[in-house]
Amino acid sequence: MPGIRLDIVTAERMVYSDDVDMVVAPGSEGQLGILPHHTPLMTALLPGELRIKRGGEELLLAITGGFLEVRPDKVVILADAAERAEEIDVSRAEAARKRAQERLTQQRELGIDGARAEASLRRSLARLKVAEMARRRKARR
Amino acid sequence: MANIRAIRRRIRGVRSTAKITRAMEMIAASRMRRAQERGLAGRPYAEKIQQVIADLAALTEAGQALHPLLQRRPIKKIALVHITPDRGLCGGLTSSLNRTIASYILEQKVPVSVIAVGRKGCEFVRRCNMEMAAEFTHLGDRPGLMDTQPISHIVIDDYSRDVFDLVCLVYARFISTMVQRPCVQQLLPVEPASIPAAQKVEYIYEPRPDAVLGSLLPRFVEMEVYHAILESIASEQSARMVAMKNATDNANELIDGLTLLYNKARQEAITKELLDIAGGVEALA
Repeated sequence: MPGIRLDIVTAERMVYSDDVDMVVAPGSEGQLGILPHHTPLMTALLPGELRIKRGGEELLLAITGGFLEVRPDKVVILADAAERAEEIDVSRAEAARKRAQERLTQQRELGIDGARAEASLRRSLARLKVAEMARRRKARR
Repeated sequence: MANIRAIRRRIRGVRSTAKITRAMEMIAASRMRRAQERGLAGRPYAEKIQQVIADLAALTEAGQALHPLLQRRPIKKIALVHITPDRGLCGGLTSSLNRTIASYILEQKVPVSVIAVGRKGCEFVRRCNMEMAAEFTHLGDRPGLMDTQPISHIVIDDYSRDVFDLVCLVYARFISTMVQRPCVQQLLPVEPASIPAAQKVEYIYEPRPDAVLGSLLPRFVEMEVYHAILESIASEQSARMVAMKNATDNANELIDGLTLLYNKARQEAITKELLDIAGGVEALA
């Protein structure tokens, strides 16, 4: 199968390594889809969902930010954290979302720039969204 | 015979100590293996990020202002991240780490501040009245990247605010199961590795190269700290394993010696009793 090699690594482990047909990632300048023979590219990634298409199937992952590198021979994603949809701990993500939101409103009232709370809010939202999408997809089947 | 009983009690005591040290040895061995595996699991990420930084640094070097974490400044204040075990019973590891940091500090002409990670190092730093910027203890045997991030954040923040001009990691490098060497490794400013020109690929950068570099560098620092901590855990566990193996061997040797002594004493007692009986029979006859 003429695909492209995809490696997803985090600081703690190798999450994914296989030949795929297409990768759709949340780039910092917008969603971007990588097909084989893409030109070399290096971009930051935002928290969001990562879709991997492989032989008619689609795999969903949540990533919490990182980098994507396209090289002539392969695609490498350096993720801060990456989880497959089925690995996501929904209750934990939900709790994180609540916490971040509370902190954000508090900080707004105090007039503090809540960059860190906002980042963690975005991360938890990305996880929740991917989990939700995977759940719906399963229900449809 | 009081003496015989004392020896027997001693043997029993030593034997139960040997059992404990043997168990500790095996626990340390399995934890060491796990720490090593985790260290290896992060390697692709570390290599990748190093390569990209080298690439980017070469690209932005021409004319543009360097990223704060790459900036070299005259050194007026040094920070050392002192990574030590939380627990003892690991041979000479802690003391050799402490010796390393102490002699390093003595060599410097500028003030040095210590960020102590691990209980043993904290105690040492406090005992010696060194300047301590922060302390982190009880990271456990399996810290995640999240657990080590506060350490990296302090370092990054203080470096970018010109509090420190040089930051080094002091930790036990894992060389082999038998050898762990304390080392001092520069963390900040980041020294980008130079890469051979043949490997260079022209990338499109999104957003601009300096922006990518800016968000990559803190991650690189986090990664280095995390890696050093994992490696020092592997060192700690292997040092403990070796120490406990020695302890078990010593205990077994002690048991052998004591058993010999015990048997001799027993034999002596029996001989004496026989002589008594023989003497008694003779007296009666």
